Amino acid sequence: MSWFEKLLPSRIRTEGNRKKSIPEGLWSKCSECSATLYRAELERNLCVCPKCGYHERIGARQRIDSFLDEQPRSEIGEDLVPEDLLKFRDSKKYKDRLSAAQKATGEKDALIVIKGQVEGVPVVVAAFEFAFMGGSMGAVVGERFARAVRTSIDERIPLVCFSASGGARMQEALIALMQMAKTSAALADLKAAGIPYISVLTDPTMGGVSASLAMLGDVIIAEPKALIGFAGPRVIEQTVRETLPEGFQRSEFLIEHGAVDAIIERNAMRNRIASILTMLTHRPAPQPDAPLEPLLSRVSGEPDLAPSPGV
Amino acid sequence: MNHNFLDFEQPIAELEAKIEELRHVVGNDDGININEEIERLASKSRTLTESIFASLSAWQISQVARHPQRPYTPDYVARMFTGFEELHGDRTYADDAAIIGGIARLDSRPVMIIGHHKGRSTKEKIQRNFGMPRPEGYRKALRLMQMAEQFGLPLFTFIDTPGAYPGVGAEERGQSEAIARNLMVMSGLRTPVICTVIGEGGSGGALAIGVGDQVLMLEYSVYSVISPEGCAAILWKDAAKAPEAAEAMGITAQRLLDLKLIDQVVPEPLGGVHRDIDTMAARLKAALKDNLDMLDEYSLDQLLARRHERLLRHNYSKG
Repeated sequence: MSWFEKLLPSRIRTEGNRKKSIPEGLWSKCSECSATLYRAELERNLCVCPKCGYHERIGARQRIDSFLDEQPRSEIGEDLVPEDLLKFRDSKKYKDRLSAAQKATGEKDALIVIKGQVEGVPVVVAAFEFAFMGGSMGAVVGERFARAVRTSIDERIPLVCFSASGGARMQEALIALMQMAKTSAALADLKAAGIPYISVLTDPTMGGVSASLAMLGDVIIAEPKALIGFAGPRVIEQTVRETLPEGFQRSEFLIEHGAVDAIIERNAMRNRIASILTMLTHRPAPQPDAPLEPLLSRVSGEPDLAPSPGV
Repeated sequence: MNHNFLDFEQPIAELEAKIEELRHVVGNDDGININEEIERLASKSRTLTESIFASLSAWQISQVARHPQRPYTPDYVARMFTGFEELHGDRTYADDAAIIGGIARLDSRPVMIIGHHKGRSTKEKIQRNFGMPRPEGYRKALRLMQMAEQFGLPLFTFIDTPGAYPGVGAEERGQSEAIARNLMVMSGLRTPVICTVIGEGGSGGALAIGVGDQVLMLEYSVYSVISPEGCAAILWKDAAKAPEAAEAMGITAQRLLDLKLIDQVVPEPLGGVHRDIDTMAARLKAALKDNLDMLDEYSLDQLLARRHERLLRHNYSKG
C-alpha cells in the first residue's frame, strides 16, 4: 500500500478492493459466434448460446440436473475412488493430476451416475465430466458404468449415457484399455435383458469411449456440431497429410454417414428421450414438459435472453 | 552396421560378423584352430546375447516387438495349423488385408483363426496397410467370429498391429462402431476364445480382436493403450520421451502378467523370436493346446460366466 492510499479514509480505500471482488466469469464469450453473453443466462439456457444456438460443453452434474425430474434421485458408485496402481508419472505424478482434477471439479472421477426419472419414466443416467482429465475412462469410470448397467438390469429400467471424453486414460495404461472390454461386456448383458440403452454423444466423444460404450446404444443421439470419432483430427491429418474436409467428424457428418440416429438440441433432449423411452418400454406418452418451454423461445426468433453488456 | 540387429544389439552384430568372416577362411593349414576360434566366439556371442536380453528396458522390448524380421500371423499359421483356408471380405464393403482369417486344423481339430498381418515387403506392407485395419477388417473378423460360434470352432486370434487406421475413410465408415461391436460380441461369443499378442498390441485396434477367455503374450511383445511415441507426444509434449513413456505405461508381457491383465507369457528363443521361428511356433502351439484343453473342461455356460466375471472385475491389484 502506498503512502497516498494510507492517507485516504477507509471508506474510499475499500472501493479499490471491491473492484477486485467482482466475480470472474460473469460474462462469457460464445466460442462460435463470439457474442458476449451473461453467464447466468447462458447457464439457464443449458450452456447453449442464445444468439447462434452453439452448444458449449456442460458439466456432468448440470447435465443430469437439467435432464432428470427433481425427485427421486440417488447416486450410484459415488464411493469409488481412483487408484494409481501403476505409480504412473509423466511430467507430473498421476496422483497429483488426480488431486488437482478432484479439487477443480469437486468430483472423485470423470463419470457421474444417478438413478432417477425423466418425465416420470424411471431411468439410470450416466454423464461424463469432461473437466475431469478430459472425461478420460479409467477403472472407476468403467466400474461406475458397469454398476449403472447392473442397476438397469436389476430394476429393469432404461439406461441413458451422455458421453464427453477424449478416450481411455493414458495414466491407467492397459487397465484403461480393458475398460472398453468391460463396459461393452456389461452392455451385452443389458441387450440380452432387453432393456433400452440410449447413448448421447456430446462434444467431444473420441477414442476408447467412442469405440466402446458410446457407439453401442440401441438409439444413438448426437448434440449439434459435437466432435465424434475414433482417431483425433490432428492424428488423421498427420497420417493422410492433407487438410480434412469441412465439418469432418462433426455430428452432421456422422448422421450423413449413418453412424447416429438423430441430432437433438440440448433444450429438447429431455422431452425427446422421455418420449423415445416410453415407446421402447410400452408406456403411455409422457406429459408435455412445462418448465423448459421458455428456453425454446430462441427457435421462434425471439430476441436475446441475455441483457446487453454494459460496455 | 547390420540392420538385422537393433541398436542395442550392435556388440552381438560385431561378433557375428567376425564369426562369419572366419567361416570364409577355409582350406589353409590352421583349419582346426579356426574352428576352435569360431566355437569360442559363438559361445561368447550367446553369453553376450543372454546378458543383453536379460535386462531389456520396456522401450527396447517394444523395438524387438516391431523388429522388421519378426514373424507375422501367417508365419505361425503355416507352422502350427494345417489345411488353412483363408476366408475373405466383410460381405458389405471390402476385404481388408490388414486382418487375415480362416478355418484350419489344430492337429485334428477344426478351429477359426483371425490375426493382424503387417506385410513383409514394401509392396505388401502397403497392400496390408502396415497391419492397421479399417472398419471392414474388423467387420470381416466379426463375421468369422460369428461363424466360429455357429459351427462350434474354437477361436484363436493373433494380435500384431500399431493400431486401428486413423484415416478419413475409416472414420466415414464407422471405425469406432466396428471396434465397439467386436468388443460386445466377443464378450458373449459362445465358443472358447484364446488371444495371443505376437508383436505389437496397439490399443483399441488390438483389443477389437483381443477379448477372450485366455490372453497370452510372447515374451518380447508389447500391449498398450497408446504407442509410447503417442503417449510421450501428449503427456511429455515430446515424442523423443517415448522410452520414458514405455516404462511408465508398463507395456511388457511380464509387467502385465504381474498386474493380472494377461494370463501367460510364452518365452521366446534367445535373442527374440525372429532368430528361431520354428522353436517359437512349437512352443506357442503347445501353449495354445494346453489352454484349449483347460477351457474344454468348462461347459459353454460356465465358460461364458468365467469370461464375464474376468471382464467385469474391478481393481486389478486385488484380483
